[in-house]
Amino acid sequence: MSDKKKNFKLPKGVETPSRFRNTIGKYTIKRSSACISCGLCAELCPYGVHQRYDNYSNPIRPKDHKCIGFKCKENDFFCVDRCPQQALTLRLNPILDTMGDYRWPAEMLLAHFEMAETGDLPKVDLEYDLGNSGGGFDKIRFKTADPKNYIDISDEDIDTSVNLNKTGDGRPEIVISIPCYGGGMSYGSTALSVMTGRARAAERLNTLTCTGEGGYPSELVPYKDHVITQVATGLFAVREETIQYAPVVEFKYAQGAKPGLGGHLLGEKVTPEVAAMRETVVGSSLFSPFPFHSVYSVEDHKKHVDWMKRISPRILVSVKVSTPTDVDMVAVGAYYAGAHIIHIDGSYGGTGAAPDIAKKNIAMPIEYAIPKVHKFLLEEGARDKICLIASGGIRNAMDVAKAIALGADGVVIGTAEIVALECIRCTNCESGRGCARGIATTDPELSKMTTEEWNEQRIVNMYLAWRKQWCGILRSFGMKSIKELVGRTDLLVHLDYLDEDERVKYQPAPQKKMII
Amino acid sequence: MPKKYNISVKTTPPRFFPVGKYTTVEFREDCAGSCRECVKKKCIYGIFKENYLHMLSMHDPEYIYNCQSCLRCVQECTKGIFSRVINPEYRELGDEYWNADIIHRTGVQAHTGQVPVSGSGYRGPFVGEGFDSMWTDMSEIVRPTRDGIHGREYINTCIELSRRPRRLKFNKDMSLAVDAPPIFEVPVPVLFRQPDFGVLSNNVLMSIADAAHKINTMMFIRPEDYSEALAPYSDNLIPMLTKDNYREFTDLIQKSRMIEIAFKPGIENEIDKLRSLKEGLFISVGMPLNADAASRSLELAKADVDTLHFYADNHGRETDSENPRFIKEMIREVHLKLVDNSIRLKVNLVFSGGIAMAEHVAKAIICGADGVTVDNSLLIALECRMCYRCRQGLSCPVKLEDVELEYGSQRIVNLMGAWRNQLLEVMGAMGLREARRLRGEVGRSMWFEDLEKENFGPIFGEKKVS
Repeated sequence: MSDKKKNFKLPKGVETPSRFRNTIGKYTIKRSSACISCGLCAELCPYGVHQRYDNYSNPIRPKDHKCIGFKCKENDFFCVDRCPQQALTLRLNPILDTMGDYRWPAEMLLAHFEMAETGDLPKVDLEYDLGNSGGGFDKIRFKTADPKNYIDISDEDIDTSVNLNKTGDGRPEIVISIPCYGGGMSYGSTALSVMTGRARAAERLNTLTCTGEGGYPSELVPYKDHVITQVATGLFAVREETIQYAPVVEFKYAQGAKPGLGGHLLGEKVTPEVAAMRETVVGSSLFSPFPFHSVYSVEDHKKHVDWMKRISPRILVSVKVSTPTDVDMVAVGAYYAGAHIIHIDGSYGGTGAAPDIAKKNIAMPIEYAIPKVHKFLLEEGARDKICLIASGGIRNAMDVAKAIALGADGVVIGTAEIVALECIRCTNCESGRGCARGIATTDPELSKMTTEEWNEQRIVNMYLAWRKQWCGILRSFGMKSIKELVGRTDLLVHLDYLDEDERVKYQPAPQKKMII
Repeated sequence: MPKKYNISVKTTPPRFFPVGKYTTVEFREDCAGSCRECVKKKCIYGIFKENYLHMLSMHDPEYIYNCQSCLRCVQECTKGIFSRVINPEYRELGDEYWNADIIHRTGVQAHTGQVPVSGSGYRGPFVGEGFDSMWTDMSEIVRPTRDGIHGREYINTCIELSRRPRRLKFNKDMSLAVDAPPIFEVPVPVLFRQPDFGVLSNNVLMSIADAAHKINTMMFIRPEDYSEALAPYSDNLIPMLTKDNYREFTDLIQKSRMIEIAFKPGIENEIDKLRSLKEGLFISVGMPLNADAASRSLELAKADVDTLHFYADNHGRETDSENPRFIKEMIREVHLKLVDNSIRLKVNLVFSGGIAMAEHVAKAIICGADGVTVDNSLLIALECRMCYRCRQGLSCPVKLEDVELEYGSQRIVNLMGAWRNQLLEVMGAMGLREARRLRGEVGRSMWFEDLEKENFGPIFGEKKVS
């Protein structure tokens, strides 16, 4: 391990406000023309809803997303009551009805915007631990912890690191400081500033991010110690040097967004730069082949792994597969072929363009796959020799903790990172000029909507907020390291498996009919 | 080598703006008027471009349909005059089964002929009722997937509607010693059925028949709606006859390759009489999908029938039951009854009712169907909004009566093209190259109850809520 890593300290959160002038909050506060610009509200509000600058005396539009809402009524600084002109009105923001979906409800989106802005957990009463999907993580809860187990240690003293190489094969033991690394989003699918921003965040947090299958832009080279090179069926820009740059090489056999199908990059996003990187034709849609036509057996797969290991003596090999019925067998096969990491990608996740029929219907949700694989690896006596990474539909810090308690060592995060960059999940990543909000686009104008510094800090902030939640859980169960949580299914309950009198002790699963 | 089967799609825009999901609301009195930063000019989808039209000529504003809900106008307007709401009309669209989402997606597929693709992962509930409580499997490494969707590997979606001999016998010279019935294939496992409501004008029926002809599938049609104009499509039409009326339609039988006769006790005895009317006639027996369906199917399979056609209700539920089961369970029951009696291979099973999305086709086949029929989706492809006004004799908001043949037929062809490509996606992921191999292949599916039991059972114990 390099000195740099040994002395690693987690970064600090830095306030990184939204790119947009009108932020969206759970509550909305309106100022009428009766306002006389006396400035009292700005003096009163400790959350910064009302802002006022010394050299500008007109009232400024309130920052809705900072407002803590009706519960503020109890406070003596409640602006609506204190306004001498009764010029302020507080309401629930009706626009929330039109945002979000069953998996990422509006409040979860807003809470992640807030975490990415402040690096802290939101002060507004937003539900960000549970979605509205009515199953899986949304029905799994941590048991109420016994107060006797609580240990009073600071976040700094809690270990949230994960060792990615447990094989003891002499290759580096790469330790990442948070139990998450970034999922593959290719050059071509996202803006370059997003890729580099994610890589910079990975460096700051001492974790990794992944190139995706679209090649290795030179802008990523400065962060190469934190960038996984993905080898997918398209083999775009997989070259000797891009393998040698990487600490980890990831074979993408399948992906949760579209299990059983190859990567999709629709024609409009294949700009001259993307085409040059992938050595393809501008404007022509790229549907990666499926499967790897060089792999039809575990022996073939071993050949792949050996090939990578020969190219670089320091790399670790990760095998990314989706979740078919026999995912446990596939995982064991990957282990025997010499992989260091088995990465299972559940069917409800993914960021990239995928046929809707595949996203909804093909392969099993990750909640089932984690315990299935974990159990099988245990029975095979292989569990302590391989790092099990889960992804696909892991949305928030609690999902991460639940996935770990179900049996994963760590997780891969894609969607939440781009939500930190203010993705609102409108799902139009693939069409026309790409993402209207400048994240998943290669359009020359739209891709300039973010800077890599802003992207970096927003992602760092979100993970810092998440870490606070993990530390809270660990402390309550008397654990000092997140490694102690792995496979602790005894700490979990599922609402559908509890008797009525037990079930009422836990927060019910949100169930709201939505228009999506 | 025969030409690969392909459904030729062509962009066919709707005649009316479909009911859009979102609409922006502007509080115009707050607009600065000339701030020069107007977000309307910057919309990347250009939805406000023809904003003036609806002011001038009372058109529906197009941005109700075209808004892609990026929220940039809401968040960037210098005065914050925009907000967004869900279109109240969209909320009311359809009913609890044929919901707004299905109507919207069907419309888009009929427009573009493309597989719906989007980013950002799945957005729906974890599990649902009916077909939504099962997942299809995929292959990994050792069971190779098939690269079908872009034509790199050929996946055959053809099914048969003709009966098969139970066993073959050969003469000494290796010629067949049994009569092998003729083979009747359709290239897609989706047949059309005349919907049981809606504005079924001649134009609508012609459009459906023409689409059936173009993609070479079959359409079930009531004989009383059979007009002269439909005669050119007779090869693709299956008149739905009864024991009592088939003698009145002998002309029609002569023109048809296949007919359907409604089930009645003793119908087995009519089959020979029907066959004597036309040589090589394929015969389907239609019956309600109720508690008797499985036992009836066994009786009929033993008779000389080609296809059994079961009708569930409009929402895919068992009929004649107070506590109806869903079509997926019913298909299992009928299919397994025939499998247990070693006669499944002799007949073909077609199911109607509640088939609303491409995934339903694949899932119905996995449960044991050979093919399915679509009904309401055909109308939705022609822009029907499932408002059921026509049932009360009121006017149709999308003037289905005026549908032009070419437009209507292409919209249906587009929908089928998109559905077939989705079927290829799912089959390719499963590593199957034959729709006929998918039939009853529950091993290539995962069911909610099983997954919960296998994976959560050992952790959480017994399930208390179903």
